[in-house]
Amino acid sequence: MKKVEAFIRPHLVEDVRAALTDAGVKGLSVLEARGFGHQRGHTEFYRGAEYQVLFVNKVKIEAVVLDDQIDAVVSALLRVARTGKVGDGKIFVSTVDDAIRIRTGESGNAAL
Amino acid sequence: MNRRLMAFLTLLLGIVPPAFAEGSGSIDSGDTAWMLTSTALVLFMTPGLALFYGGMVRSKNVLGTIMHSVFAMGLVGIHWVVIGYSLSFSKGNSFIGGFSHAFLNGVGVEPMGSIPHLAFVAFQGMFAIITPALITGAFAERMKFRAYVAFVLLWTTVVYAPVCHWVWASDGWLFKLGALDFAGGTVVHMSSGFSALVAAIYIGRRVGYPKDQILPNSLIWTVLGAGMLWFGWFGFNGGSALASGALATLAFVTTQIAAAAAAMAWAFAERIRTGKVTVLGVASGMVAGLVAVTPASGFVGPMAALAIGLAAGVICYWAICLKPRFGYDDSLDVFGVHGVGGTLGALLTGVFASTYWNANGKDGLLLGNFDPLLVQALSVVATAAYAAAATWIILKLIDIAGGVRISQAEEREGLDLTQHGETAYHL
Repeated sequence: MKKVEAFIRPHLVEDVRAALTDAGVKGLSVLEARGFGHQRGHTEFYRGAEYQVLFVNKVKIEAVVLDDQIDAVVSALLRVARTGKVGDGKIFVSTVDDAIRIRTGESGNAAL
Repeated sequence: MNRRLMAFLTLLLGIVPPAFAEGSGSIDSGDTAWMLTSTALVLFMTPGLALFYGGMVRSKNVLGTIMHSVFAMGLVGIHWVVIGYSLSFSKGNSFIGGFSHAFLNGVGVEPMGSIPHLAFVAFQGMFAIITPALITGAFAERMKFRAYVAFVLLWTTVVYAPVCHWVWASDGWLFKLGALDFAGGTVVHMSSGFSALVAAIYIGRRVGYPKDQILPNSLIWTVLGAGMLWFGWFGFNGGSALASGALATLAFVTTQIAAAAAAMAWAFAERIRTGKVTVLGVASGMVAGLVAVTPASGFVGPMAALAIGLAAGVICYWAICLKPRFGYDDSLDVFGVHGVGGTLGALLTGVFASTYWNANGKDGLLLGNFDPLLVQALSVVATAAYAAAATWIILKLIDIAGGVRISQAEEREGLDLTQHGETAYHL
């Protein structure tokens, strides 16, 4: 069982959801995030004064998938979330010990 | 001399100036209808100002900032009928009125010009309400609420009433000198603008200014507020004719033209300087144009209003861009818009005034007369100096009596929670 955490551009969230569903993902979470990476911030102007906005809006997607789905999920993300410009985001993959469905108490792969 | 003053002269001295004779002595229903409408329009500007300012502050200070405008509707609304109107308009000396109309003593529905006296009281009261509210943008996000209340009461008594008396009462010294101020360029905008500059310097910068990111919570409110201000300004300037008809129409149209011109000029100036036209810039430009045309609106023609608006948009933008060099924190640019715009408008009134458009006005510099500009300049200097000095003293007294500014901890938490126990957004 693997957890995928991906930081992506907010306007791509619908496309990413569709691609991950196609890759077999049955559920995911979307979190609004602010942060910085190589993109750093951007500039805004208010009444002639320049403001450096240091944290950029991103969307963080979290999904836990089966071990044999992970390659398809990562390649789907790379295909859909990539624009080729600085600021496309990052993907983190980690191993998950267990999953439990609260309604039934099922655990392991059956709970996904 | 404008019609407002003549009406007042008529009431006080029982004399009827020739140019005004046709309307005096009896109440005209059309004039009264327009004045009551204008009064409501001017009242509407104050919640407009609340939104204009409220959108520009951080979300923790939205309600506190809105309160600084809407509270004045009640506070000055009472002050005006108790003492404000009397000190502003009743017979006194050349500096300030007397107490003969305190508690509206002796004020009824008798004709003043062609409208009931009480209509004049109500209309003027709306000006007294919005003027101190304009100042509050300078000390936004850090003023103690009770200090604000004391400030508004003292300022209305010690600054607004005298300056209003100087310019608009028949025994005021600037009135007697012939200063032209159709709807409040000196009385409203310069007095508030220069007081704002002093208040911003006195109270000091906000915590974190200019290092931290202090960004507007929602410019949507600001645009809605600017729209309400423009809408209400038709009553502010158009109503200052104190009658319906030709002069009200002139003021109405010059108001429209100047606001449009200044919005475009501001947009053009910032496009050149930063490469982008901003929503806040267009909204600010509108207000700058409205401010600048206020003293001129009933004395100049439509093309002069176009020139005044264009000048206001560029010069007020320039003034705001210069602010960071001086280091003071006039948080919402009250001085840059109202102080600079009001001064510009007062001076340009002396340039563009024409008796072709208002026989009771003057011919200004463009028509070969230098004197009106000198008188305007004198009214500018006197108003600025007096408002600035009096504001400093008022703030000093409040500071001694209980403090002007909230603590740093309260400032970090915000006005809404610490001063009012409320939160604007539960999203």
